[in-house]
Amino acid sequence: MIEESLTVANAPTAAAAPPAAREIGKVRGRNVNVFYGEKQALFDVNLDIERNQVTSLIGPSGCGKSTFLRCINRMNDTIPICRVTGEILLDGEDIYNPDIDVVELRARVGMVFQKPNPFPKSIFENVAYGPRIHGMAQDKNELEEIVISSIRRAGLWAEVKDRLAEPGTSLSGGQQQRLCIARAIATKPEVLLMDEPCSALDPIATAVIEELIDELRENFTIVIVTHSMQQAARVSQKTAFFHLGKLIEEGGTEDIFTNPKHKQTQDYITGRIG
Amino acid sequence: MTEQTVTTAIHSVHTSGAARGRLRKRYRAERIFKLLGQLAILVSVAFLVTLLSTIVWKGLPAFTYNFASIPFDLSAVDTSNLAKADYDAVVREGIRARFPDVTSRSDRKLLGSLLSSGAPIILREQVLAHPADLDRADAFSVPISDYADLYLKGQITASTWEDGGVAATVGSDGETITLTASEVRFGPVLATIARRLESEAVATRSRLAGALRSQERMTAELAGLNAQIAAGPAAADRVWIDAGVARLTTALAALATQIADLEAAATELEARAVSAKDGESLTPADPSLLIYAGDAAIKVEALTPTTASGVLLHGGVPTDLSGWRMRLIDVSEANRKLSDREIVWTDQLVAEGYVKAGFNWIFATRGASREPEMAGVLGALVGSILTLVVTLGLSFPIGVGAAVYLEEFAPKNRWTTFIEVNINNLAAVPSIVFGLLGLAVFLNFFGLDRSAPYVGGMVLALMTLPIIIIASRAALRAVPPSIREAAFGIGASPLQTVMHHVLPLAMPGIMTGTIIGMAHALGETAPLLMIGMVAFVVDIPGGFADPATLLPVQIFMWADFPEPAFEQRTSAAILVLLGFLVAMNALAVILRKQFERRW
Repeated sequence: MIEESLTVANAPTAAAAPPAAREIGKVRGRNVNVFYGEKQALFDVNLDIERNQVTSLIGPSGCGKSTFLRCINRMNDTIPICRVTGEILLDGEDIYNPDIDVVELRARVGMVFQKPNPFPKSIFENVAYGPRIHGMAQDKNELEEIVISSIRRAGLWAEVKDRLAEPGTSLSGGQQQRLCIARAIATKPEVLLMDEPCSALDPIATAVIEELIDELRENFTIVIVTHSMQQAARVSQKTAFFHLGKLIEEGGTEDIFTNPKHKQTQDYITGRIG
Repeated sequence: MTEQTVTTAIHSVHTSGAARGRLRKRYRAERIFKLLGQLAILVSVAFLVTLLSTIVWKGLPAFTYNFASIPFDLSAVDTSNLAKADYDAVVREGIRARFPDVTSRSDRKLLGSLLSSGAPIILREQVLAHPADLDRADAFSVPISDYADLYLKGQITASTWEDGGVAATVGSDGETITLTASEVRFGPVLATIARRLESEAVATRSRLAGALRSQERMTAELAGLNAQIAAGPAAADRVWIDAGVARLTTALAALATQIADLEAAATELEARAVSAKDGESLTPADPSLLIYAGDAAIKVEALTPTTASGVLLHGGVPTDLSGWRMRLIDVSEANRKLSDREIVWTDQLVAEGYVKAGFNWIFATRGASREPEMAGVLGALVGSILTLVVTLGLSFPIGVGAAVYLEEFAPKNRWTTFIEVNINNLAAVPSIVFGLLGLAVFLNFFGLDRSAPYVGGMVLALMTLPIIIIASRAALRAVPPSIREAAFGIGASPLQTVMHHVLPLAMPGIMTGTIIGMAHALGETAPLLMIGMVAFVVDIPGGFADPATLLPVQIFMWADFPEPAFEQRTSAAILVLLGFLVAMNALAVILRKQFERRW
């Protein structure tokens, strides 16, 4: 099985073929290799993320989809042994350029994590923290406005409007995750990265978040890592399939799910590997 | 309820006999483990309660003291120069005025020792503080002597009072006063004395028996040596044999005298024990018998079943003997530091209302002293506080800073590992080594002040640092990484992440470590020995550079003093130390709660 998948992976793929010509991508990965110490986690990934679309990254565990996601806002920098080669362009600018300020990059590329991780502070403070450290508000009223609009856009306003001073950790899991989304969009990022945002949630909370993702697409470019094929099919317009650190196939979500070009992709989405 | 479910479980799931046996064994093991745990807790609680109650029991009396508010005659004092007045004389005359009938030189000296030798100092302080009260009779109170205070607290001796009960007459030949009861009254006292004499005789006899046994052994040894001499030994052997003979002969001679003395003493004691019921003289080795009649107190020196004769300790020869009383003081005069006469005087001062117990403000407000009644704990307490302020001020920021750097910023390489290992080792270094370091570096190399709180604080900070660093690192590591990710994800810089999120969350743990370190430092004596903080410091330190001593050091020094009143003060100082510790911990708990609310 592994032998087979390796041979296929080594064959020239559609993903590797059409490069530079497409300038419209918000984020463009070019020959991205990631190493954790000696171990290589990503092999020559070339992937374009389109503006105002939801791109889902799918693949079995350990395939490198989260690694790729975390390359986009350089969260991998926090891991000392991690090394990235190749380039990732955000609006044509290489984010691994030494001149790039990571703090500013992360303000432009927000992130939502697998497990809801609100700060142990009030709901208001959770959302206000980002705008505050980036100096996005001139005064208290402006900050309040940003916070309230972010919570509104995260679809949480009705539930928390009377309890903004309560700790964020007192909310339910689904609410916490929406709070984290509100926190991420409060800094007005251009790209929103979501690392399995619904894996810790029940189906109802998941549905709410998925709906929210669809709404947010209007203003943000969204990249979502998910283990749920149905979720990828429901929320994304573009899907990329990773396997063993390689990008096997990418394309319109519908194409991938109805007419996968690679056997591995087909096996994965039909549940035969992974 | 639980038992019920257990039984059903046995029957339903564990079908085979062996399985049921295993289950029973498991339950038994759990029961035994629980029991052992409870036993361990019980034992430690028992130890703790014993320890605390002993210290409290011993230390609490030191928080009160008996002060004498004798009307001091300050009319002779020059009011324009109060600081230079002769307060020794004022105090001396004050106490003498209360006992005008005490005339002999030695008695007046004894009378003077009823008050503390620090009384003039205290009086001077009070006069200087309240010069307007010079004419008021009860304006000033001075401490009585430590032994008189111990006596009033019932720690010198127990005594039993008995009513005379029978009619009696009194006669006096000038020196000796004899009280004659109308019937046999002193039989029980004489019986007590006879019993004591008997037991002493028995003890002497057993010592005599021991001496006789050694005599026998030595005689046999000597005979053996003499036999060897008779056999004509080699010249070389002859030397040590002669030496042995000489040694044994001297020892035997000494032993013979001792045996004779013991024999005589035992015979005498036995004779006295037999005759005691008919009359006996009371020696200082016997419990004291005092007879009170009217305002007179008679110390009995000779006793027969119906008569008691002795000397007057206080008052005049009594004329009215109705309601006379006997008082037996259990501890013999030879075995206590307060004579019968002083006891009577002290009682007199209490009866006249001059001596009253009160809060021991001397202990609470003064520094060290050789006189237990003048010794206070405040100097050491202030010294401890000053030192700990320096320790906290140095070790907390440095320790937390080091921990934050090592945990959050430092690259993980050979150097940081090396530093980490060494910090862990430092925590295990005996504290006296830090004292040596302080001596060598701070005192000898940098030439800083000896006995100064800031140097002590620096040494203790060195000792506390590893504890704080290790605890802080553990606390930082316990902060969930998701919090860091969240902060980084929003675009917080590493420093912002640490300052805004990680450090506040780790603070309770850091504070626990700090309080452990500070408690450690508070109780530390060894390193301070090296930098001269085991000093006899009378003044209360006013700043970080003043000579000071610390509570544990003070306890250590007081424990060495022979006066029994210092034993109380030692326990009381331990109580102060424990109180300080509890206060510090309470503060830490409050601060912790404050930080924990932010979770």
